[in-house]
Amino acid sequence: MTGKKAKEHYCLGIESSADDFGVGVTTFSGNVLANVISAHMPEKGGIHPREAARHHAEAASKVLEEAFTKSGIRPQDLSVIAFSQGPGLGPCLRTGATVARALSSYLNIPLVGVNHCIAHIEIGKLKSGAKDPATLYVSGGNTIVAAFDSGRYRVFGETLDVALGNCLDVFAREAGLHQKVGMPFGAIVEKLAEKGKRLIPLPYTVKGMDTSFSGLLTAAANLVKKGEYKLEDMCYSLQETAFSMVSEVTERALAHTEKKEVLLTGGVAANKRLQSMIKIIAEEHEAQFCVVPSEFAIDNGAMIAWTGVLAYTNGIATPIEESFVKLRWRLEEVEVPWIKCS
Amino acid sequence: MDKMLLIKKGAEASLYLTEWHSRKVIMKKRLPKKYRHPDLDEQIRTYRTNHEPQLMHEAKKAGVPTPTIFLVDTRNATITMQFIEGKQVKQLLGEVPQTQRQNLCLKIGELVGRLHENGIIHGDLTTSNMILDAEGKIFFVDFGLGEKNKELEARGVDLQLMKRALQSTHFRFAEECFEAVMKGYLGVLGAETAKSVLDKIKEIEKRGRYVAERKRVMVD
Repeated sequence: MTGKKAKEHYCLGIESSADDFGVGVTTFSGNVLANVISAHMPEKGGIHPREAARHHAEAASKVLEEAFTKSGIRPQDLSVIAFSQGPGLGPCLRTGATVARALSSYLNIPLVGVNHCIAHIEIGKLKSGAKDPATLYVSGGNTIVAAFDSGRYRVFGETLDVALGNCLDVFAREAGLHQKVGMPFGAIVEKLAEKGKRLIPLPYTVKGMDTSFSGLLTAAANLVKKGEYKLEDMCYSLQETAFSMVSEVTERALAHTEKKEVLLTGGVAANKRLQSMIKIIAEEHEAQFCVVPSEFAIDNGAMIAWTGVLAYTNGIATPIEESFVKLRWRLEEVEVPWIKCS
Repeated sequence: MDKMLLIKKGAEASLYLTEWHSRKVIMKKRLPKKYRHPDLDEQIRTYRTNHEPQLMHEAKKAGVPTPTIFLVDTRNATITMQFIEGKQVKQLLGEVPQTQRQNLCLKIGELVGRLHENGIIHGDLTTSNMILDAEGKIFFVDFGLGEKNKELEARGVDLQLMKRALQSTHFRFAEECFEAVMKGYLGVLGAETAKSVLDKIKEIEKRGRYVAERKRVMVD
C-alpha cells in the first residue's frame, strides 16, 4: 500500500416508505456518518398516507441539511444517491423518490432504487457482523422470515395478514394508549408487559411457516375493551403469544436452512423480550444471535444508503425513467449480486 | 430403554431412533421450548401430541401411508411410531431424472387429494415431510400442524404451502413439479374441485403481501 489515502466515496440514502422520513450518509466501506430521522406522529389513528407524505415533504430539506452537517460532507462529495423504492405507501415513497431524483440530476450522479426489506437485512448484517443469517424481520409493515439461497433472499415464512408491529400498535390504540416522540406504541406495550404476570389465553396461529395475527389482535382488543384483565397482563399475554408465534416460525426456518446465524431486524427488533426469545433459539441451534442496534432497527436512511452502496458497487443503478416506486416489491424479486452464491 | 439416537433436531420436536419391543422406532419428543411461557408451551405441546397421532391414523385410513403409531405419552409429549426406512423427497427431487420427478409429484398430488377428500389438512406439506421407501411408497410424516377441515380455504392454504415449499427449495423445477402435483390431485378429487382449489390458491396468493399479480406499477 502507498502512504497516500485513497479518496473515500459516499452514498446518501433516503427512506420514506411509511411514517418516517430519514436521510443517512455512509461511506463505501460501510461507515455510517449520519442517520437523521423525522417521525410523523398522528394525533390519533394510524398512518394516513397523504398526511405522512405531507410531513415528509415539509421535513425533507431540514433532515437533508442536518444529515450533511452531521456527516461533515458537502453535496458535491457524494458519489451516488439511494432511495427506498418500495415496498411501502405510495404517497410516502413518491415524496422520497422525488427528492432523490432531484438530488441525483442536480448533482449529476447515479441513482439507485433500494428494496426497503433488503435494506433492513443489510443494515442488520453490517451492524451486527452477521454474514449469512436466517433473518426475522419484524416491523409495523412487515413480518418476514428470510434467508439467502441460490442467488436471492428467499421468504421462508411471513404473516398472512397484519404485521406484528401493526398488531401491537393497533392493540395499544384500542387500549387507549398514546404514543410520544421517542416512545412509540411498541415501547409502551413492552414497558407495560414487563409488569404483567398472568398469561391470558389468546389465539395462537401458526400455519406451516406462516403466522396470522388478525385473530389474536381481535381477541386481545375485545378483551382489553371489556376491562376484565389488568392492562399489564394483557400486554404481557399479547407479547408472549405473538412473539412465540414468530419465534416458532424463525426456529423452523433455522432448522430448515441450517444457517449458523440468526438476525433480528426491523422496528420490533428493539423489543427486549423478543430478543431474549430469539437468542434462546439461536443458542439451542448453535447459531450466533445477531440483533440490529435500535438506531438502525426503525426505518432509517442509513440502511438505504448502505444497501445503495452494495448495489452500486456491484453494477446496479436505476435510470430516472425506471425510478418509479414499487408499492408491492417483494424481496425475493431483487437481484443481490453483492452476495456470492452459497 | 435402548440407546436413543438423535436423528433430527427439528424446530418443533426432536426425533430419536431407538428400539421398542425389538422394533426400530422413532420417538418424536416435543421438548419444552425455553423461549415460550411454560403454560403456553405445555398447552401447545400437549395439543399437538394428542392430535398428531389421530390425524396420522385417519390419513392411513384414507389410504395415505403414514408411520404406524405404537404409543402416545401425553405427559412427556412423546409419540412412538414406526421407523420408515427411505429417502426424503426433498433430497430425491434434485437427484432423479425428470420423468421420475414428474411421477413422484403426481403421486404426491394423489396422496394430498386423498387427505383432502377425507377432510384432513396436513398443515406442513413440504418435501422434507415425505419419505419414499424401498417399495416405492411415499409416507407422509409430521402432522403436528394438521387439522380436520373440509373447507376450500384450508385446502387452498395447504396446497399453497406446498407450492411455496417447492419454490423455495426446488425453484429450478418448482413449476413443473406443482403442475404434476395438481394433476395427481385432480385425479382423486375431480376437475371441478381441483379447479376451485387452484382458484383459491390464486386468491390466497393475491392476499399475500406485495404480490406481483396484484402489483399496480405506479408512475409518478
